[in-house]
Amino acid sequence: MARDLPRKDRTIVQPRLGPVGWLRFLWRQLTSMRTALLLLLALAVAALPGSVLPQRSIDATRTTAWLEEHSTIGPVLDRFGFFSVYASPWFAAIYLLLFVSLVGCVLPRSRQHWRAMRAAPPRTPKRLERLPAHATATVESDPETVLAALRSTLRRRRYRVHAYDESSLSAEGGYLKETGNLVFHLALLGVIVGVAIGHIWGWKGDVILPQGQTFANTLIRYDTFSPGPWVDPDDLRPFTLTLDRMEARFEETTKGSGQFGTPRDFTAYVKIADQPGETPRPATIKVNQPLSVPGGTAFLLGNGYAPVVTVKDAKGEVLYHDATPFLAQDNNYKSVGAIKVPAASPKELGFTGFFLPTASLSDSEGPVSLFPDALKPALVLTAYEGTLAPGGRPQSVYTLDTSELTQLKKPGTTQPLTIWLEPGQTYTLPGGRGTITFDSVERFAGISIRHDPGKWLTLGSALLMVAGLLASLLVRRRRVFVRVSPVEAGGSTLVTVGGLAKDDDEGMPDVLQSVLDSLTAAPGERR
Amino acid sequence: MNENLATNANLAMYSAMAVITLSMLAYALYLAGLVPARTASRDAQRSEVLVGAEGETPSPPAATPPGALAGSDEVPLRARKAGAIAQLLAGLGALLLVASVALRGLAVHRWPLGNMYEFGTFAAMSVMVFFVAWSTRRDLRWLGLFITAPVLLLCGLTTTVWYTQASGVMPALQSYWLVIHVTIATISVSVFTLGAAVAVLSLVQARVETSGKPSLLDRLPSSKALERMAYGFHVVGFPLWTFTVIAGAIWARQAWGSYWNWDPKEVWSFIIWVVYAAYLHARATSGMRRTQATWIALAGFACIIVNYAIVNVYFVSQHSYSGL
Ligand code: HEM
Repeated sequence: MARDLPRKDRTIVQPRLGPVGWLRFLWRQLTSMRTALLLLLALAVAALPGSVLPQRSIDATRTTAWLEEHSTIGPVLDRFGFFSVYASPWFAAIYLLLFVSLVGCVLPRSRQHWRAMRAAPPRTPKRLERLPAHATATVESDPETVLAALRSTLRRRRYRVHAYDESSLSAEGGYLKETGNLVFHLALLGVIVGVAIGHIWGWKGDVILPQGQTFANTLIRYDTFSPGPWVDPDDLRPFTLTLDRMEARFEETTKGSGQFGTPRDFTAYVKIADQPGETPRPATIKVNQPLSVPGGTAFLLGNGYAPVVTVKDAKGEVLYHDATPFLAQDNNYKSVGAIKVPAASPKELGFTGFFLPTASLSDSEGPVSLFPDALKPALVLTAYEGTLAPGGRPQSVYTLDTSELTQLKKPGTTQPLTIWLEPGQTYTLPGGRGTITFDSVERFAGISIRHDPGKWLTLGSALLMVAGLLASLLVRRRRVFVRVSPVEAGGSTLVTVGGLAKDDDEGMPDVLQSVLDSLTAAPGERR
Repeated sequence: MNENLATNANLAMYSAMAVITLSMLAYALYLAGLVPARTASRDAQRSEVLVGAEGETPSPPAATPPGALAGSDEVPLRARKAGAIAQLLAGLGALLLVASVALRGLAVHRWPLGNMYEFGTFAAMSVMVFFVAWSTRRDLRWLGLFITAPVLLLCGLTTTVWYTQASGVMPALQSYWLVIHVTIATISVSVFTLGAAVAVLSLVQARVETSGKPSLLDRLPSSKALERMAYGFHVVGFPLWTFTVIAGAIWARQAWGSYWNWDPKEVWSFIIWVVYAAYLHARATSGMRRTQATWIALAGFACIIVNYAIVNVYFVSQHSYSGL
């Protein structure tokens, strides 16, 4: 196109968008309502896969299993972050753009609204009959009295009123609508800041605490500890928590589908001492009733069984005696765990297998539990010997690393040795390796201690959002104009009112009518 | 647990279904009865719009609001009879549903919102109660068929595939937050349901209007009035849903230690919230057509259905309360 033009004109038609112009153009696109709309829809779509695919942060085991089952598509999805959707760059990109857009949209609007709230309503239009809603009435009174009455009526209804001349009024109300809208959008930012603070300075730690044991709040006592990037674990406050008793009740009477055996009550009876050396005071932690502890809150998030097991050598010397937590695998608390006896000689001993609170031997599934309560408990174990921690690597306490262990066999066969123990029973290991005794069953409590310094900001902002939303959606922005003129004969006044609303507003005629009606109300009302 | 009360709750539920079925049939007869009067009605509706907008005196509050049917004297006697019976039966059906929910609550000694069956029954009840209450203020006989039919579908599903025997609830549900969060959620879903029913009608009506062919829908409010009515419902439903999500987050912290964990149920509640926010945006965006916005609202309702019927039952989630 430019080629056809004479030289002189070329500079004019060439696009004059320099880098700054481009930025301004992009900014205007980004902060338009249409873009916000697209980004909102994109956010909804992007959130979706995280509900279908297992997420690492929620259930790492299920994620690993899914990846093993889908060996072709799995790694591809993994590369693009589909197993941690809510921490993925593309999800973050959408919400960050949305928030940039929001700031770019809301700040100028706040400034505008601030000005509008202090400015007078616009001039009264010449012909109110042209407005979409209007009404007239003749009143037995002079124009000044009528105007004064209408002015006070409108004021009482929280309209801002201004008179540009002697025979008219301009009034505007419902500024709260826009205020509410801005509060809503700004509070949305507050929520995000609160969440970010929680991620940066918050921490959580989980501990499995068998009955009778005491937890001291230090880093090494936690089974898992996940701090935010700016958390100093040395700042943990030194309280202690003792589990006296863990109570669990399950549905025993209702036999209906999906009800029998479901949990009905979990309560952890504890003793807490805020400082070392302080006399501990009793407290309870229940699901839905967390306990405030120094520097955080303690939640009861799990429970299970910790069979007490004693292992002795052939001379009767105790090598191991402990309540050993087994982790529940199903709703009937079929639990897995491991017992590690590094003190055994000449080779270290390890046991692994199931704890069954209500044990039964099923033909198809082997050992199962029929009910979650400890009605007929049993331990079903196999035994290993060798090196428990090859290379001194850190180990899970719930599983055995069998890479340098060999399984014990039933004497005189090639079949693995299976030990079935009920409380009080002792099994004598073959080959003079000693004995293993199942003494009793204890319960454990799975306690999670968490600290989130951003939660109040998040909650406050969220409630502010609701308030802003209600104002934004339920308040109506309305303009009401009044014009009066004396009727020739008899000192009465012709009043015309007209209304203008932002959106289509079914209520406008009613508002105008009630404004007019106020003129004929009891005389004491006007002033 | 009181077996006797639980049995009576089920009895009330089945009676409600029978009564609402009859009500639905009567509403259908009402609509069918309108047909002969249809040519006259078009003009009536036109003139009514004119009166509302530009008449010499604005209509007083008692007058038929724009969007309602033209004056009832134009409705043939046959249709009027059917309409009256339908309204009466709808009221009775609503009462029976209230009785069913109340008896179930008394039977289990807790707030009756603990599993899929109870969510569904409660939702059906609140849709019917809102509809009946709203009918006392406006002529909504034209809407009856489109409310009773989905309510019946819902009752049918709850009493068959989602039925759960009366029982206590697991510890995570034993909290006053159940009363706050789940009740508001169910009410919000009911309001969205009413909104979706009207929204669908507004889309169909818009199509009928552009085609210009005479149709049964001529006796219904204009697509513009329907769209505005649907918007009204969503404007009530959205803050309720916002509050539902917030209350859920507060409860999640009480029960599970973390207010937001991207659990599938949380994800879908968030998606629903975002889609309805998009609807409100679309409606306020200049240059977007109202029908386009309405489609977004219906997408939001589709997400509600997914959240309820699919996520509750099939997704691996901490919210495994369906009782199935
Ligand atoms: C997290 C994202 C957002 C959410 C959830 C959200 C939500 C809402 C809601 C619920 C409304 C009320 C609609 C109404 O008054 O009819 C609204 C209005 C509005 N939003 Fe947003 N918004 C978001 C982001 C944005 C952004 C990024 C912009 C700017 C581009 C924006 C601009 C507006 C405007 C201008 C209105 C006023 C509509 C009116 O005047 O009626 N919003 N928003």
